[in-house]
Amino acid sequence: MRTVKSAFKFKGGVHPDYNKELARAKPIEKLPCPAELVVSMSQHLGAPAKCIVKPGDYVERGQLIGEKNGFISVCVRAPAAGLVKSVEARSGAAGGVAPAVILDTTAEKPSDLQPSTFNLQPLDWRTASREDLLKRIEEAGICGMGGAGFPTSVKLNPPPGKRCEYLILNGAECEPYLCADHHLMVERADRIRIGVEIMRKILGDCAVRIAIEANKPDAIAAMEKAFADISGNVEIVVLPVLYPQGSEKHQIYATVGRIVPEPPALPIDVGCVVENVGTVAAIADAVEKGEPLLERVTTVSGDAVQEPKNILAPCGTKYSDLVAFCGGEKGVPAKVISGGTMMGFAVPNLEIATTKTTSGLLLLSKNRIFQYSSQACINCGRCVRACPMNLNAAEIAKAVEADDIKAAEDLHVMTCIECGACSFSCPAYRPITQFCRRAKNSIRARIAAEKAKAAAAAAERERK
Amino acid sequence: MLDVIIALLPTTAAGIWFFGLPAVWTIATCVATCLVTEAICRLAMKRENTIGDLSAVVTGLLLALNLPAGLPLWMAVLGSVFAIFICKQVFGGLGMNPFNPALAARAFMLISFTGPMTTWLKPLWWKTPEAMTTATPLAAMKRLYGCDVVTQATPHIEKALASFPSLSDMLIGNMPGCIGEVSALALALGAVYLICRKVITWHIPVVFLATVWLYGYFAGGAPAHMQVLTGGVMIGACFMATDYVTSPTTALGKVIFGFGCGLVCMLIRHLGSYPEGCSFAILIMNALCPLINRWTGPKPFGSKK
Repeated sequence: MRTVKSAFKFKGGVHPDYNKELARAKPIEKLPCPAELVVSMSQHLGAPAKCIVKPGDYVERGQLIGEKNGFISVCVRAPAAGLVKSVEARSGAAGGVAPAVILDTTAEKPSDLQPSTFNLQPLDWRTASREDLLKRIEEAGICGMGGAGFPTSVKLNPPPGKRCEYLILNGAECEPYLCADHHLMVERADRIRIGVEIMRKILGDCAVRIAIEANKPDAIAAMEKAFADISGNVEIVVLPVLYPQGSEKHQIYATVGRIVPEPPALPIDVGCVVENVGTVAAIADAVEKGEPLLERVTTVSGDAVQEPKNILAPCGTKYSDLVAFCGGEKGVPAKVISGGTMMGFAVPNLEIATTKTTSGLLLLSKNRIFQYSSQACINCGRCVRACPMNLNAAEIAKAVEADDIKAAEDLHVMTCIECGACSFSCPAYRPITQFCRRAKNSIRARIAAEKAKAAAAAAERERK
Repeated sequence: MLDVIIALLPTTAAGIWFFGLPAVWTIATCVATCLVTEAICRLAMKRENTIGDLSAVVTGLLLALNLPAGLPLWMAVLGSVFAIFICKQVFGGLGMNPFNPALAARAFMLISFTGPMTTWLKPLWWKTPEAMTTATPLAAMKRLYGCDVVTQATPHIEKALASFPSLSDMLIGNMPGCIGEVSALALALGAVYLICRKVITWHIPVVFLATVWLYGYFAGGAPAHMQVLTGGVMIGACFMATDYVTSPTTALGKVIFGFGCGLVCMLIRHLGSYPEGCSFAILIMNALCPLINRWTGPKPFGSKK
């Protein structure tokens, strides 16, 4: 094990104000279980889980309430024991609507309840088979906790012919304000170490790179200590402070110098698997303790919250409960953001609940919010220089503004990672990232429609 | 836009210092006319008023700085209307114009009013009331191409050399010319400010000026530094060619653009019938800008092509 500095610097990137000092010195605190939980069936990337409980059911902590529903999907387990009050459509932080189980955790356990048989049993990862470990990760409902929520059991099981050479642990946490991963690395370094050993067992003998931004010296020290005696090719890579250092593709480049080709290529195509440090700790708990992914660390910060904190809370905690745990609002929040300021989503109220991917909740006063109306693009090229994917963001935005999605596609808009560096750097305050997102959604919808049409045509031929 | 105005302040001050009240009138007329024209155009187009973005002020100021002091003010009014109405708003306003509005208006005025547009007040003209107007060094420089001014000593070369302003005069701007093109130091100061504020990058000014110098050096005739310091090259390289809207996006594109501006400018000065070609050079490169952007578009991270 050794610590090295990143040898590769990607082009572009920006330096937003990090504002991490608000929550940096706050150790992880466990939230007492809220009276009501809103457990979404869509906490991950891919198809929402299929809800298998109905109102009136009493569920125990860890009980399966949503079944994995497809290849790219993740199961959902009850984050706490309680009575299912209702199953209803609720909107998530990003605006999408999905079924959610509303749990009353204050309800009394019925006396006639059968003893539970569904609890996961601890596994000895040293002796367990690769298949058992993968199955456990799937059963524990683990998805990437960095933000995208990709099913972890799928990511750790590369298709035939593809081998993982580098396992990269993402501890960059380049989003402003957030300190959740930072504190996880400081306080739970031993769990991350065990998670790495388990993943190495699953992926075969691969090299390990632990990527941490240079502004977290205590996290680097904690990881150095935890990994001091690990065998094999393991390096802690200290990354320069630059947004979006935590982006999967940029992290692969910064740590091992490999470039992931444009979509649909994946990191595994260049022999890399990137996992967020939180996910790795969750894997360790799922295997060693039989503890499914039921709770996560979320940073609650901003200048409109009384006391910023890093909170370990059940996935399904309403934002209002998190804010109350921080002593409530300070003044009047002008904007509430789920996630970080660069990639997070502004949310309309505090009734939305956390998921497995909620890394932060920011309450910002009007002093931190800039109200503006966007102006014409003057072709200054700052967005092009800022874009870490080296896209011509200005031209893409102009094309989308003119409803020319084809032109945006020709300008490689599908390669956009929606990091927000372009909007951040635009002197005319143009919503460039949003334009890109609109183009991507529209292209995805078109491709899906074409696929459906082709399938229908094939079925028609079949029938004749 | 405010940064550009700040960057133009030294140049404006130098112009007023050397050309006096007529310069003030020209500048005030152009800025006011541009603002009014912009407001009227937006009203006619039924779009929101955009004079608050200050781009009309910049256009007016740049146009005035590219005009000789003492020009009849109605011509300045006409030029300003042409810049905002024909060159900018009919294309849709800020960000949509293919040509630099101030330069296109200057070209229009140069063709329409050749006489007044090439009548230059002497700097500090009020001190020499017997000869208030004079020629710029460019016309004399034009006759020297291909001459070896060091060894050849024909009377007309000696006469031309003697008529040239000294290096210090060229740097501070004590020579005939447009209001804002004479003071190289003030222009350089503004450009350095814009580069430090990251409003522009160094590529276009440096490549533009270097191309002009190198062409001048190899074409012979007047000293190469005179090619850089006289005429519109300094203001063109620092303020006109660096206009975002009409210049390429990427660094490589900017280098090509700057080189093209310098080359075309010198070709016109050397071989064309005009003594000065800076504004035409930039306009021609403006026209090529979309093509340059297409050649030099950024290659996405991970792209095979």
